[in-house]
Amino acid sequence: MDKRFIYADNAATTAVSEEVLNAMLPHFREAYGNASSIYKLGRDAQKDVETAREKVAAALGAEPREIFFTSCGSESDNWAIKGTAELMAKRGKKHIITSVFEHHAVLHTCQDLEKKGFEVTYIPVSDKGLIDPEDVKKAIREDTALVTIMYANNEIGTIQPIAEIGAICKEKKVLFHTDAVQAVGHIDIDVHAQNIDMLSLSGHKIHAQKGIGALYVRKGLSLPNLIHGGGQERGKRAGTENVPAIVGLGVAIEAATRNISEKNAIITPRRNRLIDGLLKLPYTRLNGDRDKRLPGNLNISFEGIEGESLLLMLDMNGICGSSGSACTSGSLDPSHVLLSIGLKHEIAHGSLRLSIEEDVTDEDVDYILEVVPKVVARLREMSPVWEKMMKGEKYE
Amino acid sequence: MMYSEKVLDHFSNPRNVGEIENADGVGEIGNAKCGDIMKMYLKIDNGIITDAKFKTFGCGAAVATSSMATELIKGKSIDDALKLTNQAVVEALDGLPAVKIHCSVLAEQAVRSALSDYYTKQGIDPLPIVGEIKMPEE
Repeated sequence: MDKRFIYADNAATTAVSEEVLNAMLPHFREAYGNASSIYKLGRDAQKDVETAREKVAAALGAEPREIFFTSCGSESDNWAIKGTAELMAKRGKKHIITSVFEHHAVLHTCQDLEKKGFEVTYIPVSDKGLIDPEDVKKAIREDTALVTIMYANNEIGTIQPIAEIGAICKEKKVLFHTDAVQAVGHIDIDVHAQNIDMLSLSGHKIHAQKGIGALYVRKGLSLPNLIHGGGQERGKRAGTENVPAIVGLGVAIEAATRNISEKNAIITPRRNRLIDGLLKLPYTRLNGDRDKRLPGNLNISFEGIEGESLLLMLDMNGICGSSGSACTSGSLDPSHVLLSIGLKHEIAHGSLRLSIEEDVTDEDVDYILEVVPKVVARLREMSPVWEKMMKGEKYE
Repeated sequence: MMYSEKVLDHFSNPRNVGEIENADGVGEIGNAKCGDIMKMYLKIDNGIITDAKFKTFGCGAAVATSSMATELIKGKSIDDALKLTNQAVVEALDGLPAVKIHCSVLAEQAVRSALSDYYTKQGIDPLPIVGEIKMPEE
């Protein structure tokens, strides 16, 4: 089979789509006005920013004035969590509930708040990578300021019971934030129906450029200003609007949410074929619930091998993926997500995440199913861990 | 992560992968929990390392440093092999990213561990000759 180039790491980032790029381009050289300026060039920019805001709002079932543009998903997470903490601390509420397998933008923010006198409850997840809403309910206290639970996990793609958690938070009158960076454009979201008070999203995961994100904040909830300065973003996040990026995000989110079910009808069977094909290899497991997961996500552990080697060899065969191994996480420990669902370190090291979209064709799936088993076999052949496994010896 | 061409070459075409049956010295270092294990096999005749093979569970740098270490000691005397430093492995690979230096230490220690086993099999206490086998500082 001829070598191909297959981008199967859309959970890391995506290419800017042609539609998005075409919408952005005039804003660099022609429609370059400052949205705060009074003349037509400025007014037009303002109009385009507001059109993008309407599009983001429409994609979430929100109102335009509930949308604030930020520079990325991490900024949105930081603002929502720190802002709520500051706001609620004034009312004596200094307890936050989150989960053990959040993105680091949420986890590290919560850990920082712990140092500043907040108490944080980390809800465990099941071996399928799912949060039990009852656990959230039980963790809520009189002084709980915020519940922040991710919509879909970035590594194993599991989709959390957001509507149930939203209903619990509404009943208990606790604010609810969700990091939906991985979910937007892949699942239908309705912030009002799901009782979501704040939601973070990122542009570059849905074919807009890197460096643009948004935070939805339910009307009536007034977070402290993130950046002091001019009156941009209703005075809450000053700084001249990044008009091309904002316009791009508007077009991107509209496109991403336009035909979710049609896209998923194409992606899901291909993803399932990948899962079934790869699970045929011995000593292999699927990480995360099979059904309650993002349509394009698969995360598989291959025992006896290490993830970075696997990624390098896949790269040499034209396949881009990612792993939760220590080497790729930049620390000695493998991914906290894989450990949170009960994987042993040595099994977590050998994980592979692929995140596909509809451009990965059936032929590409065939190619992946041909290449991955060969690469896994080759790495196992040179692995002393595999050797011990085959001899039935302990290898820890 | 920036790997040199040489590291990528030794990763994609590792030299001396495999086992040696009835090896004169076998050493293993690292653990699967941390994500790196190297196993080294040596054939030794009259104080000369006539063959060296390895098996490695680990990242690209772990495979490349094992491969390079076997290349550097093959045909050498035990004395020369004992002088192999992790820096020599790093230099021979045209450098390693800072976070991967510990892989080169593993390779150095895997060689020493195999030589230690060789002396033990000869009924000679390896400690005064080879010294202690250390896990690299992480």
